[in-house]
Amino acid sequence: MAEFLQFFFSGLTVGAVYALVALGFTLIYNASEVINFAQGEFVMLGGMGTVFLALAGVPLPLAALVAVIIAVAVGVALHRLAIEPAGDAGVVNLIIITIGASIFLRGVAQVVFDKRFHSLPHLFGAEPLRIGGAAILPQSLVVLAGAAIIVFLLWLFIDRTLVGKAVIATAANRLAARLVGINTSRVVGLSFAVSAAIGALAGILITPLTLTSYDVGTLLALKGFAAAMLGGIGSPMGAVLGGLLLGMLEAFSAGYLSSSYKEAVAFLVILGVLLAMPNGLLGRAKVERV
Amino acid sequence: MIVRLAMRYRLAPVALVAAIVILLPLLFPSAYYYRVGALVFIFAFAAVGLNLLMGFAGQVSLGHAGFLGVGAYAVAIGPAYLGIPSWFGIVAGAVLSALIAFVVGRPILRLKGHYLAVATLGFGVLIAIVLSNEAGWTGGPDGMSVSRLVLFGWRVSGADTWYWVAAVTLLTGMVLAYNLIGSPTGRALRAIHDSEVAARVLGVEIARKKLTIFVISAVYASVAGSYLALFNGHITPDVAGFLRSVELVAMVVLGGMGSIAGSVVGAAVLVVLPQTFTALHDYEHLALGLVIMAFMIFLRQGIVPAMVQWRTT
Amino acid sequence: MAHDVILEARSLSIAFGGVRAVNEVSVSVPPGAVFSIIGPNGAGKTTLFNVISGVYAPLEGSVRLAGEDVTGLAPEHLARRGLSRTFQNLQLFSRMTALENVMVGRHRHESTGTLAELLHLPSVRRQNQRTREAALDVLARVGLEAEADRPAASLPYGALKRLEIARALASEPMVLLLDEPAAGCNPVETQGLRNLIRSIAESGVTVVLVEHDMRLVMNVSDRIHVLVGGRSLAEGTAQEIQSNPAVVEAYLGIDHSRESARAVG
Repeated sequence: MAEFLQFFFSGLTVGAVYALVALGFTLIYNASEVINFAQGEFVMLGGMGTVFLALAGVPLPLAALVAVIIAVAVGVALHRLAIEPAGDAGVVNLIIITIGASIFLRGVAQVVFDKRFHSLPHLFGAEPLRIGGAAILPQSLVVLAGAAIIVFLLWLFIDRTLVGKAVIATAANRLAARLVGINTSRVVGLSFAVSAAIGALAGILITPLTLTSYDVGTLLALKGFAAAMLGGIGSPMGAVLGGLLLGMLEAFSAGYLSSSYKEAVAFLVILGVLLAMPNGLLGRAKVERV
Repeated sequence: MIVRLAMRYRLAPVALVAAIVILLPLLFPSAYYYRVGALVFIFAFAAVGLNLLMGFAGQVSLGHAGFLGVGAYAVAIGPAYLGIPSWFGIVAGAVLSALIAFVVGRPILRLKGHYLAVATLGFGVLIAIVLSNEAGWTGGPDGMSVSRLVLFGWRVSGADTWYWVAAVTLLTGMVLAYNLIGSPTGRALRAIHDSEVAARVLGVEIARKKLTIFVISAVYASVAGSYLALFNGHITPDVAGFLRSVELVAMVVLGGMGSIAGSVVGAAVLVVLPQTFTALHDYEHLALGLVIMAFMIFLRQGIVPAMVQWRTT
Repeated sequence: MAHDVILEARSLSIAFGGVRAVNEVSVSVPPGAVFSIIGPNGAGKTTLFNVISGVYAPLEGSVRLAGEDVTGLAPEHLARRGLSRTFQNLQLFSRMTALENVMVGRHRHESTGTLAELLHLPSVRRQNQRTREAALDVLARVGLEAEADRPAASLPYGALKRLEIARALASEPMVLLLDEPAAGCNPVETQGLRNLIRSIAESGVTVVLVEHDMRLVMNVSDRIHVLVGGRSLAEGTAQEIQSNPAVVEAYLGIDHSRESARAVG
């Protein structure tokens, strides 16, 4: 039981980060139908930015804030300078552009920062709490609480504000949204900004637990994308669900089966789910109109 | 002129590439250039196969490096543990890749768009994980060495020899690809790309056609993987990794989806650029990322189609 | 074997999100006829086509083609049994030439192995030649032989409509479903279309037509079936339909100005 709880919590913690990355994928996809493979780089920028600002003597909270702002600026620049000029280029082209962007950002990071691993101090110390025989680091709870707050704020923003309504309208039908006077380009830009902020926050929250380096983004982007697809692309709840599930799958298969095959198990399950449900867990099937 | 010739004669682009292949060595100052050339041809071969799947049939694969891996490890493991000759390893790898593609492709190819992308991605990652975990056979993440290719008593070694072997293979692959495009199956695949439902009401069995082309493109990738392993003499699981898959896709898109000659150009750009950028040391990735973005933004239909359009207007 | 009914739908129903787009519709199409399905917008005409051609699976009911039950068969299998169609909003292969579009229509009559195709064996060359000639014939039939080598995307709208018909014809169907072929065509093109539809029927191919252009429908049809709100309202010859008070009222009730005038006029 203690073992089970241990795996459960570690899966939940990692899953929360996957969920946030998947949420970033979903936001941008809904606004623009772009799959942004540079999403993992936002996570890297959050973590590495905070680390290096702190090293430069900036107080930690301020360093985190500035790192998030930097990530947002990069997100907006990515949209302005790379996605918008590409216009109506094909889906695969846009994927390659975002992959190019992620290679570029990684390249910048290895020059501006360095190639070593870094960590951040735990918010409430590194003394594990004992819950039902499992040892839980307080930082895990910080990650979970942080992720929950981010998801809640995002829901408030989309559900309760006029800008949020514009986002929903753009996701539902871009042309119609434009016709009723919504600046869809600004909505897409906003989705890049919000996704970048979410990614950066995820990076800051998780760095004390998993360390960070200039190249953590690639794997996270892969996992986040897989999680978003598992949940059903376009569905924010699906993204959260997919992320948490993916984290759990990895933690349990690492614990009970083999740690070197944990990702294999995760991807096998994703393949299985997609074959049974071709639109993911919560995605809606499209009726083909001819 | 060249463009007009290419339009008149189906195989003109192959002739053009052949001419370049023959003339290029005259400009090579050192053996190093043969090496780069051989790498270009090997990757171009894989890209041509992937282009059949992506550019003509319109099906994305983000896991094609998995087949590179199968081909590469077939010529590594076969001779080392099963005592089969290297050349037979190439064949065995191709057959195995075809089988895997046949079994996996059936369910996966029913998925569309991004779901197909993530399913192929997952499949590629699975192969890479198996390769790096089954250390008893594969040497794990450090990889394993590959014995030289011997063909009818002839030891194929040295960059200049490989340059010619890879070139002939690439040209053959191009001819086969052009043949297929101009055939009933080729027309059916292009039709599927433009409208699946219209292809279906004309009697095109889209599931079977997609599977056929998936298997063919897997064999292309597998042979390229075998060559890569034999040429380098050493192989690591990175050959099957996600970044390799992305690289192959980038070659196809950069050169031009649906342009066979484009895949050769795309492969040349993405093999040669990083070689040039190593001079930039730490700025290598930065520059590579910028170039990829710039190409995709300013030449969105790909290098070769853009050139053709520019020549004809 | 001769049938007095070549295509039969028995109480077909399909629902989207609880709304029955087609509700217990039955039609019997005699061979060699031009059989039209009319009705106001949203009557379920295209949806009925989609069910009959296998694009959607029906919720209830059955479809029989030449006496055999084909309910729920995929479009490609229906095509191989001799049922083809065109689309209301064009579904052309825009990256291919006009000729290549029609050549794809010949697909079910082509027989070449993949290996032979890769090697471009003489059998493939001969097959390509036969397909090409047959396709050119069909293109000539719809008056597009001069546009054979133009990319489909570059053709004007009226030509695209005819190209879609040619492509479906190339598959040599027993039954051809035409979904609003006259939409967006000028009067001259529509007249040409009337002649084309008649000639298709005379060559022995059964034509099922969904169309809004009432003059064309009344002119060309042997029988007309009226759908309103997903249900069958009436069926008969052009004269019977024009003088059917229920039909007139259905059109009047939905659109006073245009469709009613055309329906009766």
